[in-house]
Amino acid sequence: MIHSRSRHSLGRRKVKEGIFRVLMAVSMLIVVGCLVLIIGTIVWKGLPAMNLSMITQTPKGGYYLGREGGILNAIIGSLYLASGATVLAILFSLPVVLYINVYAKRNSRLASLTRFSLDVLWGIPSIVYGAFGFIIMIFFGLRSSLLAGILAVGLLEFPIMSRAADEVIRLVPRELLEASYSLGATRLETALKVVIRQCLPGLLTAVLIAFGRGIGDAASVLFTAGFTDRIPTSLLQPAATLPLAIFFQLGTPFPEVQQRAYASAVILTVLILVISLLARGLGKRYTRHIIK
Amino acid sequence: METRTHISVQNLSVYFDELRVLKDVSIDIPDHKITVIIGPSGCGKTTLLKSLNRLLDPLDGVRVGGRVLVDGIDIYDPRTEVTEIRKKMGLLSQRPQALPMSIYDNVAYGPRIHNHIDKKRLGEIVEHYLRMAGLWEEVKDRLDEPASRLSVGQQQRLCLARGLAVGPEIILGDEPTSALDPQSSQNVERRLIELKEQYTVIVVTHILRQAKRIADYIAFLYLGELVEHGPAAEVFANPQNPRTRAYLTGEIS
Repeated sequence: MIHSRSRHSLGRRKVKEGIFRVLMAVSMLIVVGCLVLIIGTIVWKGLPAMNLSMITQTPKGGYYLGREGGILNAIIGSLYLASGATVLAILFSLPVVLYINVYAKRNSRLASLTRFSLDVLWGIPSIVYGAFGFIIMIFFGLRSSLLAGILAVGLLEFPIMSRAADEVIRLVPRELLEASYSLGATRLETALKVVIRQCLPGLLTAVLIAFGRGIGDAASVLFTAGFTDRIPTSLLQPAATLPLAIFFQLGTPFPEVQQRAYASAVILTVLILVISLLARGLGKRYTRHIIK
Repeated sequence: METRTHISVQNLSVYFDELRVLKDVSIDIPDHKITVIIGPSGCGKTTLLKSLNRLLDPLDGVRVGGRVLVDGIDIYDPRTEVTEIRKKMGLLSQRPQALPMSIYDNVAYGPRIHNHIDKKRLGEIVEHYLRMAGLWEEVKDRLDEPASRLSVGQQQRLCLARGLAVGPEIILGDEPTSALDPQSSQNVERRLIELKEQYTVIVVTHILRQAKRIADYIAFLYLGELVEHGPAAEVFANPQNPRTRAYLTGEIS
């Protein structure tokens, strides 16, 4: 009796296992499928419009009507903007993350309040950062400029980078910190010489995630960085960005310009890919010392 | 018996929140001897050891009462510089914790922090302490390799070298052989016995045979109380307290 019941339950367990396997397979398929579909679409639609002048020229007169030119202004603008914003975000998020992990005690109120604030900031839509940046700009009498864009995007990147870095640094074993303290190191020395080294690959990922969000965001730069056909030569000039270039090109009624929007999307995607690969390649050099 | 001591623990009590982990412990640790703290797990051995170089500081909800004098200075006095206290002590933890850097940089870590030393001198220091820890011959050709590639036993000796390079007077060992194989354990024990000529050594262990092999002085902790302490030979041969006797005969563990 007992024997047959257990056999029955084993059968049910196998069925459950099977159902879950199918579920996992379907989810994986959907995720990978979406990625393939998105990349496929932009490549399919964008490739015919792709040519060298896209990435070597700025828009000439009538570019948005389908005439000559390229989007070099937006490529350079986006790189300037996202790099500046990422540097800015690193400058603020690294101290915050080191504070809540190395300086504050494990269950300190301030640390959990900081984490909560970062989570809330993370959830704020980027258009709000754009609007917020815009209000600040008006307050200081600043016009749309690269600088204003960097500030807004930096603000957008900050919580993303901080939370991602936080999750990595949290995993540093307490004993590793103790080892450094017991040698007479201060918390700062421990943070800079031990924690950052130990977490370098994870920190790099955090920076890259934030950079990816920053370079791909359209709403936060809409009011703050503005848009221009020229390549900015100072922080106070407006700057074009790829997401807005895509937006404006898609918004035209001309199919050939819309195609260029897809080509711009390809450029943006490839740009992020190349930068990720480069950063990872560089980061690999510094991972050999990590304690597992 | 000589009374010179680096470390004098006076009425030390440690609380983790409401829990009293150490109860009114008083002991003078004899210089240039190996003092072994024994007792069943959870009796406060590690807490006592960590209270000596204030490694309890970063923990949550810890309160410390009483005094710990190191060279006559109360280390829990707010005016005492904690890094100076820790500089006087090298620590061996239960699992060796190599720092995420090369073998060379691990040993050079302390000297670089505490003094500005030129490269040549630093190289000599690193070699000197690696030799002292009995690791030099094994690593001299691969000082640039990550410390994590060493075996656990080698890593523990690296930690020893790293601790010695700071120039301490005291070596603390928190069950320093618990993660090691028998041969590496023996190696570390032998180092400790060599080192007591120059250093005061305090080791926590739950292995009685190890205590018998290396101890000059024994402190027996039970449920946070210092039940008995004295020269190892006397305590092992003729324990005064019935609880010590029970522990030594294996009746309580």
